[in-house]
Amino acid sequence: MVNPRLRGTAAIVGVGHGGIGAAPGRSAFDIMADATHAALADCGLKLSDIDGVFSATMVNSMPAVNVVEYLGLRPKVTEGTNTGGSSFLAHMQWAALALDAGLCEVALITYGSNQKSGAGKFVSTSEIVPFEVPYKPRYPVSAYAMAAARHMHEFGTTREQLAEVAVAARTWANLNPEACARGPLSIEDVLGARMVSDPLTVRDCCLVTDGAGAVIMTKADRARDFPKPPAYLLGVAAENWHRWVSSMPDLTTTSASRSGPRALEMAGVGHDDLDLVMLYDAFTITPIMFLEDLGFCPKGEGGRFVADGRLRHGGGFALNTNGGGLSCVHPGMYGLFLLIEAVRQLRGECGARQLDNPQLALCHGNGGHWSSQVTAILGTAATL
Amino acid sequence: MQIEVTAAGPGAERLWRDALAGGQLTLPFCRACGRAHFFPRVICPHCGSNAIELRPASGRGTVYSTTVVRRKPDEGGDYNVALIDFAEGPRMMSRVDGIAPAAVAIGMAVEAKIVTEADGPLVLFHPAGQRPEVEGK
Repeated sequence: MVNPRLRGTAAIVGVGHGGIGAAPGRSAFDIMADATHAALADCGLKLSDIDGVFSATMVNSMPAVNVVEYLGLRPKVTEGTNTGGSSFLAHMQWAALALDAGLCEVALITYGSNQKSGAGKFVSTSEIVPFEVPYKPRYPVSAYAMAAARHMHEFGTTREQLAEVAVAARTWANLNPEACARGPLSIEDVLGARMVSDPLTVRDCCLVTDGAGAVIMTKADRARDFPKPPAYLLGVAAENWHRWVSSMPDLTTTSASRSGPRALEMAGVGHDDLDLVMLYDAFTITPIMFLEDLGFCPKGEGGRFVADGRLRHGGGFALNTNGGGLSCVHPGMYGLFLLIEAVRQLRGECGARQLDNPQLALCHGNGGHWSSQVTAILGTAATL
Repeated sequence: MQIEVTAAGPGAERLWRDALAGGQLTLPFCRACGRAHFFPRVICPHCGSNAIELRPASGRGTVYSTTVVRRKPDEGGDYNVALIDFAEGPRMMSRVDGIAPAAVAIGMAVEAKIVTEADGPLVLFHPAGQRPEVEGK
């Protein structure tokens, strides 16, 4: 039984980006500060109003503490749990609890990475993985490739169906002036791209970009006082079964199958109520499995579910309207960008890609190698 | 020959590696619930008991999933990475050799072998029934 006590108690009142794409000469904390500055301007709060800081990175041992120092803050709550790319959705859960308990009044959730211009390669921890690294899997793609191979074996999913996810993402990115990868992309382009780890080509993989994001949360009872419509947190749930892929119980089922139903139950909404679905698309296989695990289609049907083009702009199923990690932005940990796009859609700020009066969005974050799954439901004031 | 993982001595991973270095592939079993697990731990992830012992592994397994990691020929060329389900139940990451990387298939029966690489002994697999390649050639 889900405890609905947190439903609607907190809201996102400000969002901001920084350093999207490439930020040469700027550090990860520089662009995190850019994003924070933009998020504060978005909601009309001052830096000194922030008394709760939530952050995670893959390169700092105490990232939230670094953020505090850089911004010159003295927060009462500093929270830096790292569950990979899902961290920021989990942070939203802890921020809502902290706000509800009166531990802080204004929560900042922020992330930034200059992995593209700073290092020119994927950032990752130097952690030794004793039972995997000797076999030289290419992290993280090989973990996702083996799940894709297993999904194809068990359910008949095809490489063309995987490619459709990348093609659909591009149709949305082509309407987003902030997206890093725009222009035509066909199924044949994806299939014919350089193979990285079978069956995934480089076009089945997310972008490698710089980028930072920031989200400001307050209690719901003051959220109406800000200049822009708040996005209320209606439901949030997490579940975690393993860290590395060799310990994943079943490569075709993730713990999203548990976090999703609990988040929807807390929000009190069903699949048909959702206007927007934001799924972490690190690789083309990930939205396919999350569509199944979250209950949009039966297990094994994800490939066939996407094959008719419904995920493309105008196709009827609004997925990853910013272009996703596949075509918009992916600075190592992407989860925060799911939330920012959802808030902008719920506000009606999305220009050519704007949905028709959306009220409810589901955001789903993935961390590690299918490891940490966090689902959140955001809604407008009408959904409270 | 069982190797008991005691509460005070070396941990399960160390004992497993020592056995491997001695030419013996083992799997950790829980004496309380009887189930095997991998990677080696000092408490059973199935039931929480700390009555763990390492038992000689059958070495028989099945390919659960597989990928070919693409690499330029001048850097060594493509290679296989696979997840292998042991007959005893647990799964491990490994590599299937003695066969082209792309020919490794889900469901294929494989057998374990211990090979010595630069960093020490390593568990690899080859297709079942295939005579292992002679090491050091």
